[in-house]
Amino acid sequence: MEILINFISAILLVLGVFLGISGAIGLFRFPDFYTRMHAAGVTDTLCTACIIGGLVLQAGFTLITVKLIFILLFTWYSSPAAGHALIKAAHKTGLRPLLRKDSEQEEKSS
Amino acid sequence: MLYLVFLTFGLATFWLLMSGFWDNPLLLSFGVISVLLCLFFAWKIEKKYPFHKAISLLPGLPLFWMWLFKEVVVANIDVLKRIWLPEEFPLSPTIRTLPMSQKTRLGKTTYANAITLTPGTISMDVKGNEVTVYGLLKESVDDLEKGEMDKRVSKLEKRIL
Repeated sequence: MEILINFISAILLVLGVFLGISGAIGLFRFPDFYTRMHAAGVTDTLCTACIIGGLVLQAGFTLITVKLIFILLFTWYSSPAAGHALIKAAHKTGLRPLLRKDSEQEEKSS
Repeated sequence: MLYLVFLTFGLATFWLLMSGFWDNPLLLSFGVISVLLCLFFAWKIEKKYPFHKAISLLPGLPLFWMWLFKEVVVANIDVLKRIWLPEEFPLSPTIRTLPMSQKTRLGKTTYANAITLTPGTISMDVKGNEVTVYGLLKESVDDLEKGEMDKRVSKLEKRIL
């Protein structure tokens, strides 16, 4: 049982680290500010969930588990607010997003 | 009034879970003081922006969260493909204004936050009954336009109407 829990926790941690690195690489590969926000979204959501899930399995039924789950909950509640604030600020100050060619019309009409 | 009872109970539980010192009178009294302080501020805010109905939202949340988690995982895989295989899966950034069926501030906030939480779509602006969405992929904005998330948030919102 102990081994199984350690095994699952290790898989979750490795997956979390992989997602974190992917987010960082996406941050460099994507072309402009707006698309990079989405790459950061990977680190905000599933990467956090995987790492905290792995740590919860390590901690077992203790107060630490409760705290870890609260961390996940607060991250998931606050990161959308931060993302929205950033992208709204960028849009308001007139940074033009890179759009696919046939969608220019769409944005003008909206 | 029920709201205050719930809030007191919730804040006290939260404080106990966070501190972990359950038998130190000095720390417990500090806990009582902070709970009272929070209740005071919450009561002042409540007078201006009524929030008490939100309690009836709680029973519907676990199901919604589970569905949202599934959506987040699917969206993450979509974005991951674009990060690691940019040649096979090109980007198609899109901005579109979508209608939203929620009526309360809380419902609108929940919907906009759910859009932003799933990687690949970000809500840029909420005006009246419309939300402007910036999507990394045309498909994910199309999916959003089909309105399943909108319907689910509206169903959740019915509890507080």
